[in-house]
Amino acid sequence: MRCFPQLLLASLLLSLPAWSQDDMMKMLEEESEKNRKPDYAAATFKTTRIINGHSIENVAAGVLDLRISHRFGFISSGPSELWGLDQATMRIGLDYGLTKRWMIGVGRSTYQKQYDAFTKYKLLRQSSGVRNIPVSISATGSIMYKTINYSDPTRINFLESNLFYSGQLLIARKFSEGFSLQIMPTIIHYNLVEGTTDPNDIYAIGAGGRIKLSRRISLNAEYYYQLPNYKLPGTYNSFAIGFDIETGGHVFQLNFTNSTGMTERSFISETTGDFFKGDIRFGFTISRVFTIVKPRTQSTTNPVHWR
Amino acid sequence: MKTVTLLLALLLQPAFGFAQLYVTRTAQISFFSKTSMENIEAVNNEATSILNLETGEIGFAVLVKSFRFDRALMEEHFNENYLESTKFPKATFHGKITELSKFNIKKDGSYPVTVEGDLTMHGIKRHVVSQGEVIILKGIISATALFPIKLADYKIEIPSLVAGKIAEIIEIKINSKYEPKS
Repeated sequence: MRCFPQLLLASLLLSLPAWSQDDMMKMLEEESEKNRKPDYAAATFKTTRIINGHSIENVAAGVLDLRISHRFGFISSGPSELWGLDQATMRIGLDYGLTKRWMIGVGRSTYQKQYDAFTKYKLLRQSSGVRNIPVSISATGSIMYKTINYSDPTRINFLESNLFYSGQLLIARKFSEGFSLQIMPTIIHYNLVEGTTDPNDIYAIGAGGRIKLSRRISLNAEYYYQLPNYKLPGTYNSFAIGFDIETGGHVFQLNFTNSTGMTERSFISETTGDFFKGDIRFGFTISRVFTIVKPRTQSTTNPVHWR
Repeated sequence: MKTVTLLLALLLQPAFGFAQLYVTRTAQISFFSKTSMENIEAVNNEATSILNLETGEIGFAVLVKSFRFDRALMEEHFNENYLESTKFPKATFHGKITELSKFNIKKDGSYPVTVEGDLTMHGIKRHVVSQGEVIILKGIISATALFPIKLADYKIEIPSLVAGKIAEIIEIKINSKYEPKS
């Protein structure tokens, strides 16, 4: 048994803990890899609107979003108008998430006493990891109905002639935690236009983005370019820049824009001020969400009763 | 000849010991924040856990993004503002069950245990000690644990505006059922 000490040594070496802490972490990593699902981009924007127009975001299923928006007069109107604050126009709206991908909403604006309804559906979700999709895509459609009568009293106010429609594709990408960009090809249809040469279909391409300034504040901007031959005379492209400020259940959106209306046809195709010549209004939106239907609670296999 | 047998026996010994690995990918981790104003609960049913019965080592890994809340906005804030799940996608625990010798896989029963180890989340690693229970039923091992953590320890800031709604100390509950690792 001369080899006994050597054997003992060999045995000791072999029976050392078979794996170390690193092995445990490595194995955990391997095991959780099997669990992997596509990593969907979340919170590309803070709310369902970039500023005036739709963002790629939906309200979650079962959640009601009450949105109250104001746009004031031109800041350039000076102190006698309290820099525009004397002239407020507003929209009050209710949005609801039917499913994770589908939301609907209704609203009423003081601008031309208008009612509106829209639907928005998420077609594609940006994801990485197991499935790689570079952008999110949504489609929205809206119908707007103005109830203000024509200034000409002899004119009959047909229902059809006061209806407007819009359709948009929203293509968005969250490039990083702090930066998101969105492109919005848009068509707006007027059943009736003022002049005989005015187009009934307005085509526009929008672009919007956001930069996160802090965890709860972001800087947003949005611009809609109307194709030159498909715009109403005397209108300007809509531009808006503003901040999203998040405080618990509320999001405040403060903005500066040249647009008065807050529905697609009123801000994209009927903006009458030129932002870059100083026709700027202050405006804000308050969004408050209410959970109406809670998601199904997950089964707790062995519930522990909390104190 | 004797030497060869001995050598063989010694060689085989660690190989036998290695077979004691148990694993799950559906461990449940939930947490609870209780204040006079609001109770908040979130559940994650997709945690991965490995238990080494030989050494008593136990590990957990969980994707922060897969915690589910009753309110969608809370879930968004949890990921965006509090846990910053894009920056710190995973939370992990690595530790040891101390009273390993007390239980026997072949004997049904529930054994109170102490688990001690490092919990890493929001990019911060802290030593935690938790009381738990290991339950053995017909060869199936399950484990539960309940322990408090202080949010400030993990640099999770609660803005003053919602300070009354989120507890400073959160209770974490773990519930996992293991299968032998193939």
